[in-house]
Amino acid sequence: MAQRDADIRVSGLRKTFTVPEREAGLRASLRSLVRRTHRDVHAVAEVSFEIPAGEVVGFLGPNGAGKTTTLKMLSGLLHPTSGQVSVLGHVPWRRERDYLRRMTLVMGNRNQLQWDIPALDSFEMNRAIYRIPDSDFRTIRDEMVELLEIGDLVRKPVRNLSLGERMKAEIAAALLHRPQVLFLDEPTIGLDVTMQKRIRAFLAEYNRRYGATVLLTSHYMADVQALCRRVIVIDHGSILYDGSLRELSARYAPHQTINVTLTDPGPELSGYGELVSTEAGRVSLKVAKDQTSAVAARLLAAYEVSDLTIEDPPVEDVIEQVFASSATTVEVSS
Amino acid sequence: MREPRRRLQGLPGLYAVTMRTAVQVQFQYRTANYAYMLGMIAEPVIYLVVWSTVARSQGGAVEGITVGEFAAYYIVWTLVRNMNIVFTPYGWEGRIRQGELSGMLVRPVHPIHYDLAYFAGWKFVVILLWLPIAAALTLIFRPTFDISLLEIGVFLIAIWGAYLIRSMLLWVLGMVTFWTTRVSALYDMYFTAELLLSGRLLPLALLPGWAATVADVLPFKYTFGYPIEVIAGDLSTRELFIGLAMQVLWVAVGALLVAVVWRFGVRRYSAVGN
Repeated sequence: MAQRDADIRVSGLRKTFTVPEREAGLRASLRSLVRRTHRDVHAVAEVSFEIPAGEVVGFLGPNGAGKTTTLKMLSGLLHPTSGQVSVLGHVPWRRERDYLRRMTLVMGNRNQLQWDIPALDSFEMNRAIYRIPDSDFRTIRDEMVELLEIGDLVRKPVRNLSLGERMKAEIAAALLHRPQVLFLDEPTIGLDVTMQKRIRAFLAEYNRRYGATVLLTSHYMADVQALCRRVIVIDHGSILYDGSLRELSARYAPHQTINVTLTDPGPELSGYGELVSTEAGRVSLKVAKDQTSAVAARLLAAYEVSDLTIEDPPVEDVIEQVFASSATTVEVSS
Repeated sequence: MREPRRRLQGLPGLYAVTMRTAVQVQFQYRTANYAYMLGMIAEPVIYLVVWSTVARSQGGAVEGITVGEFAAYYIVWTLVRNMNIVFTPYGWEGRIRQGELSGMLVRPVHPIHYDLAYFAGWKFVVILLWLPIAAALTLIFRPTFDISLLEIGVFLIAIWGAYLIRSMLLWVLGMVTFWTTRVSALYDMYFTAELLLSGRLLPLALLPGWAATVADVLPFKYTFGYPIEVIAGDLSTRELFIGLAMQVLWVAVGALLVAVVWRFGVRRYSAVGN
């Protein structure tokens, strides 16, 4: 596979929407007939980052943070208010055919497939749209069908598929032209745990096989932990953090949890750290990260311990901590 | 020159697949399609009954158009009407307000090709379903036809010309949704002008002279009255070819308008709801 430079370069990207607004009620409605008021909403404000070829990056943030708007600009759906973007050497919003043939955007589960016909027929349409040679098409289609385990589904009309089944077929359709850059907006939303796992495994395999660059938004931290070593955290249109997932925990989660089970339960352990819970003889203690080893050693020395584990806090909590602290952007090479 | 040529290279394949898809989808909805077509027949049948009654009360003809010629006109009308059903501005409202355009925008093909191909495929289903309706109307209303081979050839081109012109114009109208989010009022205005000046409500020969002159230079006639008159009227060879030339002109104007309005409109797209 040819070595590629950074696939995605974003510099000073901004998107401002001007939206009409008025108070509720008839009087406000009448007033708006003669005098309309507008408000500027800064959906994305001065966002900059780069993603090298082949990297999978999680794009995280609460609802309305600017994630989807950014993805829409990177995929060419939206024109930005200002800023520069280069994806695979193209300016996305020019929507040059060579660019659109090399990327894909998965957003929701009703983009690629025709509702009334089997997914196989929609795949055929994508073959024509992306001008995939017949022999390649059959190989890639069969590969997608196998990896996503949708052999039985692709012959049913799409309207008869469940949400998860449709999502898998949608992803297969979106990847038939073997795109080099994938923009995935909540690819596992609304799916059960098994289906989520299968899609995660598929995306990881796709990235491994083809060296595809992936920018993914998800509210499921399991998606992020399984797929992304690097995350970009965004809120109110600005990047709060850009770096490795591990570094994120180190920086924003100064505590770890020690779970200890004593052979003879009973002793008071609150002196070792903040008591989080006591359940069936198992005590959880919140301890400053730099003290964890020492506290664990002291516990092992002082008591007969049948089990002891040290855990990082859940990523959800760490992200929450990032939003709470509204930290300034931290540049971490990855 | 290389880029436009490359763009066109893959289009025949895309059109073939999309048309095939449309046929599959529409055959699934054959009952709904038939019900829709039967409902649509009411409009020309009413016009036909009214004009036949007027013709009979005036000794068998109105402005030289006989009862049999009215029947021919309105039976061909049913086919032309089916042929010029295209993606409407109402559909555009859904596309823009609900963000449905997003899926089309990230594909390396201009979305108009999808609409043109899809509705063109639908026409084959429509024509198949139309044949028994036309046979029944022929038995009931006894039309008078005097058709030459040249007229059949021109008609086969003209109904597709009508389809293209109406597709382009309604696409342009639909794209106004990029600015207004609601375009139905404009469409209603378009519809009224079309009804009066296209030959849909009445044959254009029955319009006052000044109105007929206006109709000659506007596009509406070439989406309705002209193709109907090719086969059900009495056009000279010169008129047949002038009509085709006007269709080519309006297709070109429509394509230009689509290109320009699209270029500016799509910048305003905010991809909401998706």
